[in-house]
Amino acid sequence: MKNKKRLKTETTSIFFVTKEKEPLLSKKNRKLLIDPLDDNNPITVQVLGICSALAITVQLKPALVMSISVMAVMAASNVIISLLRNLIPNRIRIIVQLVVVASMVILVDQILRAFAYDVSKELSIFIGLIITNCIVMGRLEAFALGNGVWKSFLDGIGNAAGYGFILILVAFFRELFGSGKLFGYQVIPDSFYEMGYVNNGLMLLSPMALITVGLIIWIQRYRNRILIEKN
Amino acid sequence: MNRDSNVYTFLFATLMVLIVASSLAFTASSLKERQISNVRKEKMQNILATIGIETEREEAEALYNKYITEELTLKQDGSIDPEINAFDIKLNNELRKSYSDQRFPIYVASVEEEKYYVIPLRGKGLWDAIWGYIALEEDKNTIKGAVFDHKGETAGLGAEITQQWFQNRFLGEKVFDSQGNLVGINVSKTNNDPKDLDKDDHEVDAISGATITGDGVTDMIKERLTHYLPYLKQEKSIVSLYN
Amino acid sequence: MESYLNLFVKSIFVENMIFAYFLGMCSYLAVSKTVKTAVGLGSAVIFVLAITVPINFLLDTYLLRPGALSWFDKSYADLDLSFLSFIMFIAVIASMVQLVEMVVEKFAPALYGALGIFLPLIAVNCAILGGSLFMQQKDFSGITESAIYGLGSGVGWLLAILAIAAIREKITYSNVPAPLRGLGITFIITGLMALGFMSFMGIKI
Repeated sequence: MKNKKRLKTETTSIFFVTKEKEPLLSKKNRKLLIDPLDDNNPITVQVLGICSALAITVQLKPALVMSISVMAVMAASNVIISLLRNLIPNRIRIIVQLVVVASMVILVDQILRAFAYDVSKELSIFIGLIITNCIVMGRLEAFALGNGVWKSFLDGIGNAAGYGFILILVAFFRELFGSGKLFGYQVIPDSFYEMGYVNNGLMLLSPMALITVGLIIWIQRYRNRILIEKN
Repeated sequence: MNRDSNVYTFLFATLMVLIVASSLAFTASSLKERQISNVRKEKMQNILATIGIETEREEAEALYNKYITEELTLKQDGSIDPEINAFDIKLNNELRKSYSDQRFPIYVASVEEEKYYVIPLRGKGLWDAIWGYIALEEDKNTIKGAVFDHKGETAGLGAEITQQWFQNRFLGEKVFDSQGNLVGINVSKTNNDPKDLDKDDHEVDAISGATITGDGVTDMIKERLTHYLPYLKQEKSIVSLYN
Repeated sequence: MESYLNLFVKSIFVENMIFAYFLGMCSYLAVSKTVKTAVGLGSAVIFVLAITVPINFLLDTYLLRPGALSWFDKSYADLDLSFLSFIMFIAVIASMVQLVEMVVEKFAPALYGALGIFLPLIAVNCAILGGSLFMQQKDFSGITESAIYGLGSGVGWLLAILAIAAIREKITYSNVPAPLRGLGITFIITGLMALGFMSFMGIKI
């Protein structure tokens, strides 16, 4: 039932997500964490946050760092906005959200540059693009503004995990088939190559990220028929 | 106070700007030193790699000071400009100046009695800038080592120029022909010598699927070396060294 | 002149915001069901990109980058405010979007009605911030270059959303496997279009 409701609003969920009253049950809270992984996945169901996601899925390592960065940004800004939710003037709330997200992203960027220089070079501008990652703003507007700190924290972690899950899944296939490696270590044995196996260079090109996501959506909706769109 | 009143909104915004600005300025300035040193050490690491010294980033500075004996800033005529520190020159900024204002950094290294000249490179690949360093041996002709990097070449194709196996193809190649003319190194698709055994053909085998990036490397090496001709030809004639 | 044209063509086809960098995908997927709305949003993106990229270029050159403040006073030459660029860029973008929204509402109420709530979405359209960040990374030498880059990226974005909207209008008549319907097939088509766009790689005028 809930899924159907989500579906109708999926494209506009930034502005129109229905606010549900939730009792303080741990089961509900667990749902906050688990739901975004599959039934309510930010990328494949809510269609948010695809922008910065796909260009960095050639290898697992940057995809993992990106997921962790998004998780940090989302959890932190969800908590901050939730703390301030009774103080923020309604008229400038979008700006306030942007400022909070942008500051968090700047912090993450600065820390990466200082302590993980190589990865930050690889992610280049895509760290900055977390700011406009719709999923961050979307959850702030839809959830953190109306819910308590702990729930908002869980919601942030859950949605970032759902986002990261897809990112890592795509990166896994692209790195495995594209360069025969995982996390930079060769996993396809040399004997395969000797028998004539060739890495699929196409997987390394950006269009394959889109097609891989398309296929993931296909499989997910095949399993979970309730998500199928009506024309 | 009313949450939607102008005064409240204004106060809230001011307070927010103050808090955000000060906390960001604090983090940025406290992390700055580390960030700058990361960039410096990476540069040192790259320069060292061209003369065959692979190092961890942490040790780069010590080894750099040990092996690099001179950092020279050259003018167009090959003379040395003592006022500018060669290490601080950013080719990126330099290339945008008018030609007469440009300076050309060169690093002289000495490893176990052998002398090497390391020249920074910068050019254009398929998508964006590519850059690197190339080290010449004492004859100022034979390549001791090369390191390339890029901003946004295609992963798995053009981006492979950063890989060791590609860079190793340059070892031992010569940049001058037997008449002493600068020919550079041609990253070639129609190479008769794919195993790269012939070191006098001024050619290395290209990466398949990365033609334009390869051409970028070819152009970059030749273009940058041209500016160092006065210096390279200064002391000893190349021809006599070649034979 | 030639290099400007080159940059323009490159930013439309080769470095297409959607097909090469996947920027602005959220609104690309959400607003591409009909051609009419796609054109509206696409034009708004062009407009906002062409304005914000040069403004942010000025901001970057005279305020943010290391030594940028030296025009003000020599003693500021060591100042490096580049850590503020994300927040400054997004502030410029948010206010520009607000402006566009007001202008559209006043002068083209029909368009405003059609686009409805999607206009504010431009503020969080990655393509807009991406344009400014790429501008900063590419180190353009002048404001004309950055304006042309902004304009070109916008045109490229319009082209992409227009194409997918036209395809999606037709595809409603096709018998797509049910689980793939809607989002899935759009992803795959976009991937195939991006493959097609790769043939523009390396073209120069």
